[in-house]
Amino acid sequence: MAPILEINNLFKNYGSVEILKDINVAIEQGDFLVLVGPSGCGKSTLLNCIAGLEPITSGKMAIDGQDMTNVSPKDRDIAMVFQSYALYPTMTVAKNITFGMKVRGIDQAVQDEKLAHVAKQLQIEPLLNRKPGQLSGGQRQRVAMGRALVRDPKLFLFDEPLSNLDAKLRVEMRTEIKALHQRLGASMVYVTHDQIEAMTLATKIVVMKGGVIQQIGTPAEIYNRPANLFVADFMGSPAMNLIPARTKANGKGMQVEIARKDGDPIMLTDTRNRDLPENVIIGVRPEDIADASIARAGETQEADCMIDIVEPAGADTFAVMQLGGKHVTARLHSETSAAAGASQRLTFDLGKVSYFEPETGLRLN
Amino acid sequence: MADMSYTPTQTGSNVGKIALRWGLYLMLGLFALFYLMPLFVMITTSFKSLEEIRTGDLISLPREVTLDAWRTAWSGACTGIQCEGVRPFFWNSVLIAIPAVFISTLIGALNGYVVAQWRFKGANLFFALMLFGCFIPFQVVLLPMARMLGLMGLAGTIPGLIFVHVIYGLGFTTLFFRNYYVSIPSELTKAAKVDGAGFFRIFWSVFLPLSLPIIVVTVIWQFTQIWNDFLFGISFSQAGTQPVTVALNNIVNSTTGIKAYNVDMAAAIIAALPTLFVYVVAGKYFVRGLTAGSVKG
Repeated sequence: MAPILEINNLFKNYGSVEILKDINVAIEQGDFLVLVGPSGCGKSTLLNCIAGLEPITSGKMAIDGQDMTNVSPKDRDIAMVFQSYALYPTMTVAKNITFGMKVRGIDQAVQDEKLAHVAKQLQIEPLLNRKPGQLSGGQRQRVAMGRALVRDPKLFLFDEPLSNLDAKLRVEMRTEIKALHQRLGASMVYVTHDQIEAMTLATKIVVMKGGVIQQIGTPAEIYNRPANLFVADFMGSPAMNLIPARTKANGKGMQVEIARKDGDPIMLTDTRNRDLPENVIIGVRPEDIADASIARAGETQEADCMIDIVEPAGADTFAVMQLGGKHVTARLHSETSAAAGASQRLTFDLGKVSYFEPETGLRLN
Repeated sequence: MADMSYTPTQTGSNVGKIALRWGLYLMLGLFALFYLMPLFVMITTSFKSLEEIRTGDLISLPREVTLDAWRTAWSGACTGIQCEGVRPFFWNSVLIAIPAVFISTLIGALNGYVVAQWRFKGANLFFALMLFGCFIPFQVVLLPMARMLGLMGLAGTIPGLIFVHVIYGLGFTTLFFRNYYVSIPSELTKAAKVDGAGFFRIFWSVFLPLSLPIIVVTVIWQFTQIWNDFLFGISFSQAGTQPVTVALNNIVNSTTGIKAYNVDMAAAIIAALPTLFVYVVAGKYFVRGLTAGSVKG
């Protein structure tokens, strides 16, 4: 079976400025692809190219095996949800949802039936005769989703659909979108700058920066094995600790040396990796640094660290210290004894550690 | 002590405030009187008989209200050799203004929609040239326009005048609609494109229904311009197709013997009534459309 969406060697220029460089992505039927990256990384432009709202400079694109490179948006069998919702202000909710069907000349009875079905699904039945101006942000969001759902397209496109909602509603709608995806088994492409949204929703993530794809993978792959320093820093909250370190081969594998602010460097042994350059940047997730007093499974090594700041966050407590000249965050148990200005015995789990080349930023292991 | 010394100054400043406020009202009242005086004289004079105008006071109310002057102005006053009042010319103006306003507004809306929402190569240059059209003094174009109307076979006709007014109104109508549509998020157009709508469908179903305030602004502007136009009217018309402004001029300037001030005034008021009417009916939208201009989706 052909991939539901396939993009090959896509380039996009505005005049002489290259916005997208050599994009290659393919997803299967039922995938939830999230394009994530900071502002200006080209993710929304890529989505607009997929929709056919922006012409591409070179390359090829196919939806469900059919070449769509020069096909107009209306013939691509897609539906799109926009950041500003883009509801037609003078039409009622019902008319907003059925506008596409009306344009396509679909039978009125079919329109009514589909409208009723979608309205029930999204629980917007009481709103059908209102104008968008009379709706709250969350309600508008639902209507925008309804307008997409009623199309039953091959591909759903979402352009930062939750970024105009307040924090609580955003989390609710996120869960709802995920449930919708599971229920429909539809293929979706979703743009966001929020890495948590990307992690929670995606079956496949594309991390972009400066118009170039940095890494493509499942959320677990992206989180555990970031391809470079940018991805390592961008994905995860709090961010992965990226600490300059020195390595030296020894009998069992290699020794990793991390400078401490005062006192001797921390010496850790890594048995899984060997033959790395001497100077590296070691990437350790905050959750892989824990209280020594609380037992954890896995291959851990202990060291004393001077804690600078303690940030209780309810479920966890974050402790900030200085290692290798950088601020390093540890995710500790909420009932930790760690205190600012005091030394604390911590364990380091090197099981999921990442090593990066300091110059190029590329992953080494 | 502090209170006692404080209270009198408080009262003093209150008195000062009230005095200032009344001073302001007085001033505004005087300005209003000053501006309304000519209108008052026009109206009162138009209801007086010639006899009373000669003997009476300019600003006194008519001793005896008579509609003779209005009747004469409407259907009897002489414009040169013809003595049919302003009536035929009034209808000429209606026949010119209504189609010209309608066509220039419609094309302006389409132009503005294209420039604001369907960016094409050279869109900025196109818009800049349209804007340039707003600032051309009309005297400059009289000769080339006359030649063009001649070539088109429209010289001296009402369709010819409609054509001229549409062309010279487009700069403004495009500007109005472009500035209005540019504030509408382009995602709306994109959403409609994904929904399958084409260029005209999006214009008709999405943009035009949003446009009432700016349509009102444009209609008022265009109607006032076209109705009050004298230069094009006198340059490109001939006997039988002259607009009311030209007729008014002829009534006032071509009478011999005693000047019928009451008829002149009545004719002038008749010529001004339609624009006044449009303002009163649509005025509140005019201000709203000029200042707001945004429709939050």
